[in-house]
Amino acid sequence: MKFLDEYRDERIARALLEDIARAATRPWVLMEVCGGQTHTLIRQGIDQLLPSNVELVHGPGCPVCVTPLALIDDAIATAKRPDAILCSFGDMLRVPGSEEDLFMARAAGGDVRVVYSPLDALEIARRNPDKTIVFFAVGFETTAPANAMAVRQAKQLGIANFALLVAHVLVPPAIMAILVSPGNRVQGFLAPGHVCAVQGWREYEPIARGFGVPLVVTGFEPIDLLEGILMAVKQLEEGRAEVQNQYVRAVQRDGNAPAQAVVAEVFETCDRAWRGIGVIEKSGLRLREAYRAHDAELLFPREGVPASESEICIAGLVLRGRAKPSECPAYGTLCTPEKPLGAPMVSSEGACAAYFLAGRERVEAAT
Amino acid sequence: MCLGVPGKVIEVFEEEGLRMGTADFGGIKRKVCLEYAPEVEVGRFVVIHVGFAISIVDEEEAARSYALLEEMGNLEGIDLPQDPEGVRG
Amino acid sequence: MNAGEREFQMVCPVPLPPGETILLGHGSGGKLTAQLIRELFVPVLSGSDGDASQLSRLGDAAVVEVNGVRLAFSTDSFVVQPAFFPGSNIGELAINGTVNDLAMMGAKPLYLSAALILEEGLPMATLGIVTASMAEACKLAGVALVTGDTKVVERGSADGLFITTSGIGVVPEGVEVGPARARPGDVVLVSAPVGSHGVAVMSRRAGIEFESELVSDTAPLTGLVEAMLAAGDVRCLRDATRGGLASVLNELAEASRVSITAVESDVPVLPAVRAACEMLGLDPLYVANEGVCVAIVSPEDADNVLAAARANPLGANAATIGTVGDGSPKVSLKTGLGVTRPLLLLTGDQLPRIC
Repeated sequence: MKFLDEYRDERIARALLEDIARAATRPWVLMEVCGGQTHTLIRQGIDQLLPSNVELVHGPGCPVCVTPLALIDDAIATAKRPDAILCSFGDMLRVPGSEEDLFMARAAGGDVRVVYSPLDALEIARRNPDKTIVFFAVGFETTAPANAMAVRQAKQLGIANFALLVAHVLVPPAIMAILVSPGNRVQGFLAPGHVCAVQGWREYEPIARGFGVPLVVTGFEPIDLLEGILMAVKQLEEGRAEVQNQYVRAVQRDGNAPAQAVVAEVFETCDRAWRGIGVIEKSGLRLREAYRAHDAELLFPREGVPASESEICIAGLVLRGRAKPSECPAYGTLCTPEKPLGAPMVSSEGACAAYFLAGRERVEAAT
Repeated sequence: MCLGVPGKVIEVFEEEGLRMGTADFGGIKRKVCLEYAPEVEVGRFVVIHVGFAISIVDEEEAARSYALLEEMGNLEGIDLPQDPEGVRG
Repeated sequence: MNAGEREFQMVCPVPLPPGETILLGHGSGGKLTAQLIRELFVPVLSGSDGDASQLSRLGDAAVVEVNGVRLAFSTDSFVVQPAFFPGSNIGELAINGTVNDLAMMGAKPLYLSAALILEEGLPMATLGIVTASMAEACKLAGVALVTGDTKVVERGSADGLFITTSGIGVVPEGVEVGPARARPGDVVLVSAPVGSHGVAVMSRRAGIEFESELVSDTAPLTGLVEAMLAAGDVRCLRDATRGGLASVLNELAEASRVSITAVESDVPVLPAVRAACEMLGLDPLYVANEGVCVAIVSPEDADNVLAAARANPLGANAATIGTVGDGSPKVSLKTGLGVTRPLLLLTGDQLPRIC
């Protein structure tokens, strides 16, 4: 596949690794923000090929992992309603809620359907006028334009039985929350390439300046990641703190204007709870007043209080890069993909699952 | 966040007031929404995420930066490191 | 309270695997399936089989001896949704599936049975097409359908139709093929590109559909297997169905108590399958097949067996993909960057992802 396969070239990857080894004269800690980047790094073993003084910690860029427990429970409750159909991206189905996950809800008779695109869910709404179709709108800024278009179409075409259960989260507030948290070790970031394809990178410039950290907008293939790491390491070695773009084939500074416009028309920012991390101000999106008729939280108000998370699960620390999954006492024993205690062990982009499926051993935490 | 895959636009049409297209991903074709790539023409590549084009691939930039990478790959790598399994924990 | 008023509670005497209900994942061919077989079916049902627990050998078919003749005996159920998919349908799949299970034990498949469960409301025309496909498939595979059964269930109970086929075949003298026969040093071959069937079916599944020219690879593999067996010492054969190549490698490693290392770039995958997997975020190594077999072959005979496979139209793209080693049972994958990592059984089905 063009623009994909050539970014997996082994010789170029090796050359980049050698350059990184030459460039890094001191220990550096970098964070890759996006779960898709974590997935490639771990599956290809790139983190193990890097020189030992370049450490990668994994960020909270897995929307599946950070969707609040309460919203998962809402999705499950909706699925069980006989008058509703819950549509979702595939990776949400195994994420544990307070008692069960969407797969189990389906086993119990709930109507849960996997879709590839929110427009598919809209089509389901059209074909099932006697039911309310609720689309579980998770994701970062990359996915918001698609979800926005679906609900905008619903409004314009008068498809009243289509609603969004909104769980959108935004990256820059999360990065800032990580940077201000006590004990933060992250010195530079690989910024999420597809989020930036939509948003551009302007909003990262104040972060680079204000916190003095380099941010490199990076793609998702092995060569993208290695080139991004090289650029970040060079900045750190030279004492620079700028936003650079590695993912030149897909990202421009101002991002995608039409996409941003539709998102702004449909959504507004709000405070959002991040599973495992807590509430981060102005870090989420919710439907604007004009679209509230399509808001699943208003159509099906929440009943009950979500149970608290497992006390053993350290998802919060993992998502903030403060601990590696393999350092968790429950990793691989009490917590496995079959019986996950927390969300990062469920999604294949979650750091814990990525580690487990790549066979990483349990280690003692570095003190 | 981020499964975005490059596909070639082979058809553009309108459906229910939306600019849509057919993208070819190396043999697989799918209907995709082109509202966020309004200037894209047939033959160009776009990055598709959940059925929407979120970016038009800048082929010139891609070619330019890849040429530099290729040069790097040609110069280096005479002694390739061995399989590092077991080197780090 | 007298005896008549006391609540009568049924308590299941069988130790059950954890989890209260059956989930879709239990049918995926991955870890949940393995757990169900290992923890419920084998321990409870093995006792009924006098022949030192055939069930626990977990081959594609059982091989039993009756009056000096070795018979292979297998059964398989087909519940594929949608029932009609590019290149084929549930009827052809049902015949080929059981034919292949028998062929994987080195047997010549001879006679099949078919039990159909039909949902009330299934169009007669649909049943007609499926039945005709079954007849065609039997002819192509050289087997005879000699007995069958039909049941109809209420609307909503069966997704249209379900088919179970069982079959018997004869294992010729001197042929010894089984999942436990791999040894360190053996070579692992795959007979055809992987992932085509699963992707072809997915391309028609509501919510994810896409256009492609991919068709299911369902085919009777008897002739291919015969050619391979004649060319050298084939120790294990397994057809890679649900759960994909990765699951078969894990099953073989477990049954033979060996380690297996596969090289990712050596596994043949059609470009369109690769593209579909990229789009949906799936790994082709876990996607279902219906016309692919994995063979573990003695190293001295590997080249001859590979050549024999390639000379057969169903094995034209056969390839060597790995080797068997010693050590505890596990499967490893060597990736493009030369890093080796475990290739584990998944818990349930792979899901399309956004991230």
